[in-house]
Amino acid sequence: MSEFLMPSLGADMESGILVEWMVKPGERIHRGDTVAVVETVKGIIDIEIYQDGVIDELRVQPGEKVPVGTVLATLIGEGEEMAVQQEPKAPEEKAPPEKPELAPIPPPAEPTRRHGPRISPAARRRAAALHVDLEAVIGTGPDGAITVQDVEQVSAETGPAAMRRAIAAAMTRSKREIPHYYLGTTVDLSYTLTWLERQNAERPITERMVYAVPLIKAVALALGKVPDLNGFWVKDHFEMSESVHVGVAISLRQGGLVAPALHDVQSKDLDTLMQEFHDLVNRTRTGHISLSEFTKPTITFTSLGEQGVEITYPIIYPPQVAIVGFGSIIERPWSIEGHIESRRVIKATLAADHRVSDGHSGAVFLNTVNKLLQKPEAL
Amino acid sequence: MNENEVDSNKPALTREHALELLQGMIRIRRFEEKCAELYSAMKIRGFLHLYIGEEAIAVGVMQALQPEDAIGSTYREHGHALARGISMNAIMAELYGKQEGCSHGRGGSMHIFDAATRFYGGSAIVAGGLPVAIGLALADKMQRLKRVNACFFGEGAVAEGEFHESLNLAALWKLPVLFLCENNRYAMGTALERSESVTDINIKAQSYGIRAEVVDGMNVVAVETAARRAAEAVRRGEGPCLLELRTYRFRAHSMFDPELYRNKAEVQTWKERGPIVTFMEQLKEQGLANDGDIDQIEAAVEKEIAEAVAFAEAGSWEPVEELTRNVYTERAQP
Amino acid sequence: MSSAAKPGTTVKTTYREAIRAALREAMQQDSRVFLMGEDVGRYGGCYAVSKGLLEEFGPERIRDTPLSESAFVGAGIGAALGGMRPIVEVMTVNFSLLCMDQIINNAATIRHMSGGQFSVPLVIRMATGAGRQLAAQHSHSLEGCYAHIPGIRVVAPATLEDARGMLATALADPDPVLIFEHAMLYNMEGELPTDAGAVDIDHAAVRRPGNDVSLITYGGSLGKTLSAADMLAVEGIDAEVIDLRTLRPLDDDTILTSVRKTQRAVIIDEGWRSVSLSAEVAARIAEHAFYDLDAPIARVCSAEVPIPYPKHLEQAALPQPDTIVATVKSLFGESNV
Repeated sequence: MSEFLMPSLGADMESGILVEWMVKPGERIHRGDTVAVVETVKGIIDIEIYQDGVIDELRVQPGEKVPVGTVLATLIGEGEEMAVQQEPKAPEEKAPPEKPELAPIPPPAEPTRRHGPRISPAARRRAAALHVDLEAVIGTGPDGAITVQDVEQVSAETGPAAMRRAIAAAMTRSKREIPHYYLGTTVDLSYTLTWLERQNAERPITERMVYAVPLIKAVALALGKVPDLNGFWVKDHFEMSESVHVGVAISLRQGGLVAPALHDVQSKDLDTLMQEFHDLVNRTRTGHISLSEFTKPTITFTSLGEQGVEITYPIIYPPQVAIVGFGSIIERPWSIEGHIESRRVIKATLAADHRVSDGHSGAVFLNTVNKLLQKPEAL
Repeated sequence: MNENEVDSNKPALTREHALELLQGMIRIRRFEEKCAELYSAMKIRGFLHLYIGEEAIAVGVMQALQPEDAIGSTYREHGHALARGISMNAIMAELYGKQEGCSHGRGGSMHIFDAATRFYGGSAIVAGGLPVAIGLALADKMQRLKRVNACFFGEGAVAEGEFHESLNLAALWKLPVLFLCENNRYAMGTALERSESVTDINIKAQSYGIRAEVVDGMNVVAVETAARRAAEAVRRGEGPCLLELRTYRFRAHSMFDPELYRNKAEVQTWKERGPIVTFMEQLKEQGLANDGDIDQIEAAVEKEIAEAVAFAEAGSWEPVEELTRNVYTERAQP
Repeated sequence: MSSAAKPGTTVKTTYREAIRAALREAMQQDSRVFLMGEDVGRYGGCYAVSKGLLEEFGPERIRDTPLSESAFVGAGIGAALGGMRPIVEVMTVNFSLLCMDQIINNAATIRHMSGGQFSVPLVIRMATGAGRQLAAQHSHSLEGCYAHIPGIRVVAPATLEDARGMLATALADPDPVLIFEHAMLYNMEGELPTDAGAVDIDHAAVRRPGNDVSLITYGGSLGKTLSAADMLAVEGIDAEVIDLRTLRPLDDDTILTSVRKTQRAVIIDEGWRSVSLSAEVAARIAEHAFYDLDAPIARVCSAEVPIPYPKHLEQAALPQPDTIVATVKSLFGESNV
């Protein structure tokens, strides 16, 4: 038994339509005989067979289009049996092929807006090598592109100028990238302040505690309950921090506001925190702070009470996801269990990253801070 | 018969030579038929241009050429290559694309090259080989070598500028070129009378001052006679010669050609005047060959072809890592 | 002609004379070498390069051809195959379109198609380039088209040393070599060592070292690029100028070493910008030196117009020193003083 296949007649022939059989089952054929007529894209071609034998079955019917290599017929050699004669199948009624719907060509996609400045590949490499934050670099290349020279210039800067530049870039980025939500609450600070005055009365001046310290501790403890305000937004997701390192906003004499970190606040007692706070403010104001102390805080605390503002609307320091602000302490009439008293109150505001937390978390946080500040001796 | 046509006398043939000529033609015929089969079975790919019907020309011309002569050919070159003496195994392996092929498998059917027999390749560009042939002739002339540079081309090449430039330059510089125009009347699908204002090619050659003859390309003895005469004139340094060899191809231009441009009756007429059938008849008439001889030839040819196919089948594919070899001459590493 | 060679001395000569000297030397040293082309003999060469050679070497070896580019370039291929060392002169690259079939389908392919059995040791010389108000059909710079083809080598001598020395190396190469001589260079004058000889054709050359930007060019644009470098130096930009010399294969090492150092690249190419040789050089720089780039790669090429006849339009169409300077300066933005 052997097969006669639709031959390939050319490099670009893919299929052919059988037009006519020149032989019948049972007919003896010889090498070189034309056995079929096939229609191709170029025209009608006689197909010859390259073997001797007897036609057994014709497998493809006139009118059928088949790919190159399809078995057109089978043959039997000498001494073989013919297959049982079968009624030639009537060619199937083929539905005319559907005209393919031409898919509409989609309009070209809107070009994505470029995020951030242009940075040359060489500048990127240099910045990585010098540990320069590209956010802090202003480009002077073509179209404001950041060049190697720009990176090197920033790297060469030390002290307040570099810091200011870094913070300015960070604030711009914050407003551009972080969807802020704001919550505020008024905290009755009277218990804390009274407790503090009594503590300080028994201490020498140099060891007296400022009220910011219990505020900071309260914030750190509250974060234990609402951890999605404590950590970093990295690329496209939130990385929670186990410890709470509170960045403390400190104004500089020469202008500008920086927020270096107090570390592991949740686990330190108030006295320790006071010492560290004191040290931090001094070093910041004298310029003995390193850039890395700015990148460690997991949340920032800002208090503008001394400047006399009642309420703050702070801006989150990226890559942090929240910032807590306190206004000045004001004596206000306050309702307590139905009767009016004069109390010292302070407005606490939370700005948080809506990609990570929502109003519920923020509310829980502020309420917890509030509650903690009603029991200062437990801080 | 016009004054330019060669009178196909019956030459004095020895039996040995007659059988040599007959075997040469049958060998080509069967080889080409096998190629058609292999192509349909997708063993040979690309383009395949068969020489069936034209065998007398290759066989007759090669009788007139010496081993030191050079040959340039066309894409319809299997007959030339076989008659020149390139091993059938190497040719078949080349058609398969195997690295045992004469061109290392890199050329295929249209680009058979063989340094040993000074076979400078088929050209896929019609008339593209003529300038190269006159260049080989120029080298011979400048080196004072008495060799013939044979250049095969079809009548379609006559329309190309390169034909005219080459003939002019060959005549102007009296170069030892033997121009061999295989006029099979159809350039792919276009008949000669539809593309040339003057269809007598030999006249065009004469207009360049080149001696030219018309030869009955179906008659192997006539071809040999004319080729010897022309080759010797070229070898003697008398300048280029052109032979217009009138022939016919029995099969389509290539495998994928429904031959819409000619009718079957015409093909049949030429088949009846084919080079092999007429020569066989002649030899039998003259008592130079009998059926036994022919059977022997067929058997020998069949064996040689079967071996060539087996050789090609068993051949190996060049490793892909070698892809960029032989683009430039390899340099010795410093 | 030139004075007797004394080691260490130079002679005042021109680009044209240097090529002529190279031709003479090649013909004297190897009897297989011959020159073939239109008007190379009696006329003395369209650009007077071969003036006097017919008298010295005779008509067999200095062959005037008919106006048959295809035939005589093909004949060069055949003669090379047949054991000669032909130098074919195609009068200009503009006429080479008539013999592109022989170059691309025969010269470039015979080695490969024959599986390594044959090679074609042919040299083709062509004048190229614009600048003499010869209009569209006589002003092409098609080196980039030929540099596209595997199987041939393409070189562009831009200095007297290279005009003098590339021919010998090309003749010694077993594969086809195309030498492009910019027509505006033939009159270029300078000093050449009297013992000047063969030069390599494998490497680009740093013609002017610098640190701020790599100016990469070849052929007729080298002079303009060096002028631009001088102008840039006045403005405080230190340009490095690379003369490609070999267009196929390109000397990637020299190009990339330079760009990695300067971190800026401008390519100057008299071809039209689109699909030009400069596009290839730019692609290679982007592929292999991306992280070293401090500015986008820039190109100064001919405007996309068939070269026009009137002088002011022709000059506006071609690369010029001031367009090169302006392009370089645009890479520096505000940080450039």
